[in-house]
Formats: sequence, C-alpha cells, structure tokens
Amino acid sequence: MRTIDLAVTPLRDLNSELHRQSEGTNEAEWEVLNPRGQHAVAVGVDAPIKVAVRGPVGYYGGGMNKKAVITIHGSAGPGVAENMMSGSVVVKGDASQYAGATGRGGLLVIEGNAASRCGISMKGIDIVVRGNIGHMSAFMAQSGHLVVLGDAGDALGDSIYEAKLFVRGNVKSLGADCIEKEMRPEHHEQLAALLEKAGIKDVKTSEFKRYGSARKLYNFNIDNADAY
Amino acid sequence: MTYHNPPTTPRKSATFDDYTLSEIRRAAATGIYDIRGGGAKRRVPHFDDLLFLGASMSRYPLEGYREKCTTSVVLGTRFAKKPIELKIPITIAGMSFGSLSAQAKDALGRGATLAGTSTTTGDGGMTPEERGQSKTLVYQYLPSRYGMNPDDLRKADCIEVVVGQGAKPGGGGMLLGQKISDRVAEMRTLPKGIDQRSACRHPDWTGPDDLEIKILELREITNWEKPIYIKIGGARPYYDVALAVKAGADVVVVDGMQGGTAATQEVFIEHVGQPTLACIRPAVQALQDLGMHRKVQLIVSGGIRNGADVAKALALGADAVAIGTAALVALGDNDPALEAEYNKLGTTAGAYDDWHEGRDPAGITTQDPELAARLDPVRAGRRLANYLKVMTLEVQTIARACGHNHVHNLEPEDLCALTIEAAAMARVPLAGTSWIPGHGQGGL
Repeated sequence: MRTIDLAVTPLRDLNSELHRQSEGTNEAEWEVLNPRGQHAVAVGVDAPIKVAVRGPVGYYGGGMNKKAVITIHGSAGPGVAENMMSGSVVVKGDASQYAGATGRGGLLVIEGNAASRCGISMKGIDIVVRGNIGHMSAFMAQSGHLVVLGDAGDALGDSIYEAKLFVRGNVKSLGADCIEKEMRPEHHEQLAALLEKAGIKDVKTSEFKRYGSARKLYNFNIDNADAY
Repeated sequence: MTYHNPPTTPRKSATFDDYTLSEIRRAAATGIYDIRGGGAKRRVPHFDDLLFLGASMSRYPLEGYREKCTTSVVLGTRFAKKPIELKIPITIAGMSFGSLSAQAKDALGRGATLAGTSTTTGDGGMTPEERGQSKTLVYQYLPSRYGMNPDDLRKADCIEVVVGQGAKPGGGGMLLGQKISDRVAEMRTLPKGIDQRSACRHPDWTGPDDLEIKILELREITNWEKPIYIKIGGARPYYDVALAVKAGADVVVVDGMQGGTAATQEVFIEHVGQPTLACIRPAVQALQDLGMHRKVQLIVSGGIRNGADVAKALALGADAVAIGTAALVALGDNDPALEAEYNKLGTTAGAYDDWHEGRDPAGITTQDPELAARLDPVRAGRRLANYLKVMTLEVQTIARACGHNHVHNLEPEDLCALTIEAAAMARVPLAGTSWIPGHGQGGL
C-alpha cells in the first residue's frame, strides 16, 4: 500500500501520483493521511485503485472519479464526487451541499447526512444516503437513482427529468413537477440492488416511497407558468 | 365658396411604433413571450461611434506593405503550464452542438484552424468533429454540464468557465424540443424532444470564493496545463472582472449585449446587460487597478464585425476579441441567396433569428439532417478563414496607420469619439475636443 501524508506532501503531488495510475497498475491500494479539510483531494482519478482518505476533506473530494473506489473516513465538504463517471465514493461521515452533483455514473454512499442540493443535476449516478438530505435535492436531476433512508427537505426533485428518487422517511415538500409514484415490483428490485451495493441490509424496500417526474413541464405550456 | 378643413395626416406614435404594436398583438394572441436567437438589435453606442486619429506630424505611420505589424497573441500566461499562442487576436466564441449542426461546428473548427486561431465548444459538450478540426479548442464549462467529462476536459487546450453571456446576463441556456435530436439528447442525457432550459447558476459553486476552489479542482484534474478563462456577461464589468481575477482566471472574457445567443427571450436580449462599448474600459480599469492588465488577458465579444471593430477593442485595452454571429454569417447564415426560403418562414435574409426552431435554410442553426447537409464544412470553413484574414489585414492597416508594429500597441490615445455617449463609455475625447465626459477636460 502507498501512503501519502498531506501534512508533508503537497496536494499537487498526491493528485499527480494518482493520475499516473492506469489499468493494471500494481499500486492498487492507497492511503491518504491528514487531509485536514483540503480541497480537491483525489480528484480526476482514472484507474481501478482503492484510495482510503483518513480524515475530512474540503470541496470536491473524489471529484470526477473514474473507476476508483474512494473511501473518505470523515466528513466531506461541498461537491463530493461531483461529476463522478464510474467507481465509487463512500463518505463515512456527513456530506455538505451539492453531493454527487452532475454525476454520470458510479455509486456515492453517504453514511451520515447530506446537506442541500444533494444529487443536483445528476446524470446517471446512484446516490445512497443513510441519513437525511437537505432542501432542493435532486434539482433538475436527469438520470440515475437517489436513495434516502432518512428524511428529505423542501422542494425535493424540483424540475426533475428522468432520475428516480426513493425516500424512506418524510419529504417536507416536493418541487415543481415532482410527484410520488407507484412502487412496482421492478422498483423494489432496483432499490434492493442499490441497497445491497451500498452494503445496507437492515431496511426493507417496502418502507420506501418512490418519486419522479410528472413530465408536465417537459414542453413549455403557458398554462403551466405558475409552476415555474 | 366652400371651405374644407385640411385633412389630418395619419401619424404613428414613436412610443407605440409598428414593431411594438405587432408585439402586443402577438403576445395577446399566443400568451407567451417571444423567443429568438442573436443579440440586441436595438441601436446602442458601438464601435462605429469611434474613429482612429491616424498618424500625422506628432506620430509617424508604418509602411502599409513593407513594415511588419505583428498580430499574434498569447493567452493564459498567469498560471497555466501551457499557454496558447494564436496567430491573430480574433477567436471564435462558444456555440453549442445542438444549437448548431455538426457540420457548422466542423466548419468553425476548420476556419479557425486555417486562420491560426481557436474555436470554442458550447452548452452541449465536445463533438469529435470539432475536436478533430480545431487545432486549438476551448472547452466551455457551463452550469448545465451537459456532456461534461474529465476526458474531454483533458483533450481541450483551454477551459472556459461560463458565468454568463452578453445576450442574457443572469440567464441560462435554452434549446427547444425541435432541436433535441437523438444525438443531442444522448449527449445531454435528456429525453428527446423536450424543451431544455438549463440552469443559470453552476450546480456546485456559488460566488467567487467557491469558484476559486472549483478552478483549483479543474487545474488539479488537468495537471495545471490548461489556461482557464472566465466568461461573464456585460453586467458590472469592473467588479465582475476584479472578482474573476480574484477567483484565479488566466483569461477573462467579457461579452456585451450585442453578443448572440442560440435562443432566449427577446425581452432578455434587448433589456438586460450593457453594450460592449460600455464594458471594455471598466474591465480594463479593473485589471489595471489590480496590476494585472496584460498578465490576465482580456477577450471582448459582442457585435464585432470587421477589422475596425477589432482594432478599436484592442485600442481600448483588450488582448483579443471573439466573434460568434459574424462567424455564422461568414459560414452562410442569413445569405440573400436563400431569400425565397426565408420568405417562406415569414422573414427575410438579414432578419432571420428564429434559430431555436431548427428550420435554418442555411443548415447552420438546425439539427434537421437534410438542412444540415446543405452546409459543406470545407467550403464554409474556407469562407470563415477568408473573413478572419480580411479582418486581420484591416486591423494591421489601422495599426500601421497609427504607427504601431504590433496590434497590441494600439491605445486609447489613437481614438476619438463621434458622440458624447461613446466618448463617455470609451473614455476617449469627443472628436474635435479634449473632453471626455465624466473625466474632466483631460490633456491635449
């Protein structure tokens, strides 16, 4: 295992080393010590490696990840795993706003709570949050899944496109064009698979409600102007 | 004998003119605002209101065809490991695949490359056509993040973080359902045929302090190689440019209200933002006040049409300009040869601006395969290159006449203004006087 201590090694060197890794690398396990809230830790990784970050990170931790399995043993600042392409990012603590923003693939697991705008503009990523999420989450969410074991704040799924939202707790309010939808058998299967991928075994899919787009705002109609 | 009162000549209102009346009727009939492409059409103070003084007794000119007048420009010298060098100070502005056909993007890349300059992606991601044809490609990083991925970021030569644009400062992108073809839908991860209204703010940062961290992330992901631009609409250029510098930009792009858009509300285009002429001096002032003029490069866009406009923008302190609408015209947009087809669309060549409808007979602002196939990218690219060459020759002509051996040596002292408004905005004297409105008498 390669260990890089950010207390003595510049961030630039860490990211350069991680970017040097590619398919088939024999340096498959990495440990990052003393991140101390630094921004842009382990961003733009493009290799099937494991990165364990021992402590909290600032903005954009694991941003634009491809293929890597990144575990943050602490909390994450805004935009954790933003625009992730594939692989996974696990946050052992809480995540600030914009978690998983615009993500296109891969799995983001937040074991604590996520703040506002979780999954904003998501484009294919799967996000599983053990705790609660804040307001305006899944705003303009285009594709992918957002699973929340706790509660969701105001205006969930505002202006949502084709992303699927599963919430186990209360939803304070739904945003424009977001509605509750029937949980059909295929949705139970999808949700069960997501929970399994996130390593969650102590909840049942029957405890969740599904939300998605009413598709009434897809084409502008003046009679819907009040909804905007 | 019978006396008749003289008839009253019908008089139309200056306030309620024909266009205004037709808009009221259109709004009453449809219940929706007008959407169109392009930039502000109203008359605003512009480069036409400025003149070069030329050389005479107090300055001597350079020989037009003998003495060198250099036009190259280097962008991104502040932080980027790999600044770009362009042969000419005229770049192609960001225009998306989606709003434009793949053929048009291809042609823009070809024309820019032939002329030795850069072209720019838009709100739809990078297409292989434009990457393939563009020697120097600027990748726009937009609020929607449609098609955004780290591979394309790394393939780009520069990254332009778009905060706003001149046609609609404070507004997001718009691409209506007619133009969301299978390919556009796939690139943007959207259902086919929907009206796409993208966000006006970035999803994962707010304000210049956050943007500074976002730029750090982009630099880390791209090994600190790429120049990073910040593009802003002409809202509050002094403060916006200062904050862009604070956020870590290598290059700032300021786009005035004549700058075009693929589609937005007419009311937005005509009533929000400042004219390009009004934006340049405050932007330059901000850079000068921070000691960053020429260290952070300034690109100006919005209504640049010819070499004189380019020369005037450079004289006011810009390092380069960007063209969008003019580039489309060079490709063949609004060509009078297509008049009969424009008539069928209820318009006329020179006025066609319903780019959002996707029915462009020139094959440029469309996703209709038959219409798009009308545009030959090789020929259109050649036309664009010719146009860029002519503009460059024009800039050189003016620079030499003012006694400068590099176009960047043009300066405000080479200019005077024809109107009080232009004098105030450009901060150059009104012609025949030493008066700069708002700036005292100035020196002789």
